[in-house]
Amino acid sequence: MRRAYSRGLVAAAAASALLLSACGGNDNGGSSGGGGSSGGGTLSIGFMGAQTGPNAQLGINISNGVELALEQHNAKSGVKQVKLIKYDTQGDPTQATNQAKKAVTDKVVAIVGPAFSGESKTADPIFEEAGIPNVSPSATNALLAKNGWKFWHRVLANDDVQGPGAADFLAKTVGAKTVAVIDDQSDYGKGLADAVRKQLATDGVKVAVNDSINPDASSFAPTVNKVKPANVDAVYFGGYYSAAGKLVKQLRDGGVQGTFMSGDGTLDAQFITGGGAAANGALLTCTCSSAVGSSDPAVQKFASDYKAKFNVDPATYSAEGFDAANIFLQAIDAGKTSPSDINDFVSKIDYKGVSKQIKFDSNGELAGNLLFVTEVKNGKLAFLGDTSQAKPSA
Amino acid sequence: MWNDFTQQFWSSTIDGLTNGAIYGLVAMGYTLVYGVLRLINFAHSEVFMIGTFAALGAVTLVGVDSPQSGLALVGVLLLMALIAMAASGGVAVALERVAYRPLRKRGASRLAALISAIGASFFMQEVFAIWKGRDQVTFPRVMNKDVWFNIGSGQVRNDKVLVIVAAVVMMLLLDRFVNTTRLGRGIRATAQDPDTAVLMGVNIDRVVMTTFLIGGILAGLAAALYGVFFEITQYNVGFLLGIKAFTAAVLGGIGNIRGALIGGLVLGLIENYGASIFGTQWLDVVAFSVLVLVLMFRPTGILGENLQRARV
Repeated sequence: MRRAYSRGLVAAAAASALLLSACGGNDNGGSSGGGGSSGGGTLSIGFMGAQTGPNAQLGINISNGVELALEQHNAKSGVKQVKLIKYDTQGDPTQATNQAKKAVTDKVVAIVGPAFSGESKTADPIFEEAGIPNVSPSATNALLAKNGWKFWHRVLANDDVQGPGAADFLAKTVGAKTVAVIDDQSDYGKGLADAVRKQLATDGVKVAVNDSINPDASSFAPTVNKVKPANVDAVYFGGYYSAAGKLVKQLRDGGVQGTFMSGDGTLDAQFITGGGAAANGALLTCTCSSAVGSSDPAVQKFASDYKAKFNVDPATYSAEGFDAANIFLQAIDAGKTSPSDINDFVSKIDYKGVSKQIKFDSNGELAGNLLFVTEVKNGKLAFLGDTSQAKPSA
Repeated sequence: MWNDFTQQFWSSTIDGLTNGAIYGLVAMGYTLVYGVLRLINFAHSEVFMIGTFAALGAVTLVGVDSPQSGLALVGVLLLMALIAMAASGGVAVALERVAYRPLRKRGASRLAALISAIGASFFMQEVFAIWKGRDQVTFPRVMNKDVWFNIGSGQVRNDKVLVIVAAVVMMLLLDRFVNTTRLGRGIRATAQDPDTAVLMGVNIDRVVMTTFLIGGILAGLAAALYGVFFEITQYNVGFLLGIKAFTAAVLGGIGNIRGALIGGLVLGLIENYGASIFGTQWLDVVAFSVLVLVLMFRPTGILGENLQRARV
């Protein structure tokens, strides 16, 4: 009996150890970015965002852009070598705090990220306290700028631009009279959807259905059953691509025919894989621009370099990630090596990036407010341009 | 609120029954193992998940990439179901052999078996996460989703009917098996009193193995239906579904096979009705509140009876 008891205890302890290790977040302390030996101390820049998890592709697009920027920088002669450390948060706000603390201990001088708004909310106070400048290439929640953070910046317009811009586009260009607005209850998704709801009301468009889904659920039948009888002209979804793909498929199978519109969290090829034929005709907005098909030679060079290194075209936020890394590298090349010096340099920068002109206001927000629209045509993302000129095909 | 409920009543009912049927099939696995071993098989959710990947493998094997019809469709569906059932059944049996039997042989406490179940669950999840990646994986559409007819706001679609009919048929078959065959009698005997069952000549090891096998087969069928209906899978697809299915088993009366299916259907209906009244974000709150209420007034669940007292 005693033997069985102690064996049971060992089994329980072993299983608990397994459990705890599985619960711990993934951290990739891997470094990459450039050859050559370090001459006189290597600096480290961190990337923070999803590398694994349900919406990882958005994080991977950014980290690829950052890797490319560092590789090109380190290849130049006579420059300080800069190392990249990736912190995988899986896009989860709770994991982000652990990763942020790790980044502070690793003494990174700058952070590109966090990628998502939820994780920015939890991780950025840690960076603010440690005095580490961070530039997000993708977190668009408008409230992030209102925290009085001195070390925070972002290189794309926020959801106070994206939300109303999308709503106006629905009202004026698409001509929708009744809309259903669905969100996924995340900081990003709900923030964006609420901004859309507010602007639609101002534009005189009826929001016939409001609903909030659990993005991990398999069945969105209750939502479909609310939207179908309302006969809406359009459905707006605030959330990320993995839920959006499931949702649009279930909406179309349920007989909902209105235009499907969503934001930058949905702007990914996996939305099309997940949604299948149902994804066609969807309109996706982003305050990030597309590097593919540009006429600017600098952007074309970025796109071809990216394709050569990663074997895929740059995607959502790749250009923003590239630019965010480059403004830090500009600071380092100007001789700034301490996080506070880098922060001062970056806050005053006026830099022509491959995504857009980068200049920050006193809050760390980007000065500039263009919104771009992409349509899903025949199973591919087709960039339509900014909201003033985009013409959807339907 | 109530206006929405009445307007969406038929669509909520049909979708509730469909989701509930999948819960019910998985719940039957939980309830069987609990009835015989008094063990909550936490790893059953991964048995289901592995079934979904097996079903996807079946579809990829025959190279289906567009919706089929007629005999070809029946063939594909049967193949998906058979391969998923074989995979899930196999995994369930292996699970019993590796994670539970050694503990049972040594007379370990049920707590140790529970921890072993949790550990096995995480282990299988992570193996698949590393093997197949953590992203969602999409099934090709194998069946055109045709709406047969409408009842009020509800669409009666071919895939929904398939799911509900399959679940009910499986439950009837299982019920028949447990109540009329020799092995079924052995299962009921072991559930009632394992020591006396041994004395009566019941081969406990074989009974336990069969229990896990049947549970696995049911989960495999649920997995194939899930693949046809939702057309996605992921390494953690079993997690949420497993919790809901176990809830359904408890709701219907843990250890009761018919209760598992009834519990599943009732849970599916409550989720959808609750979502139509209060909003989809309240779906889980409503479902679990109803569970608590039912258990407060009827602690043995809706049907209440146990496996050993199942009547023909």
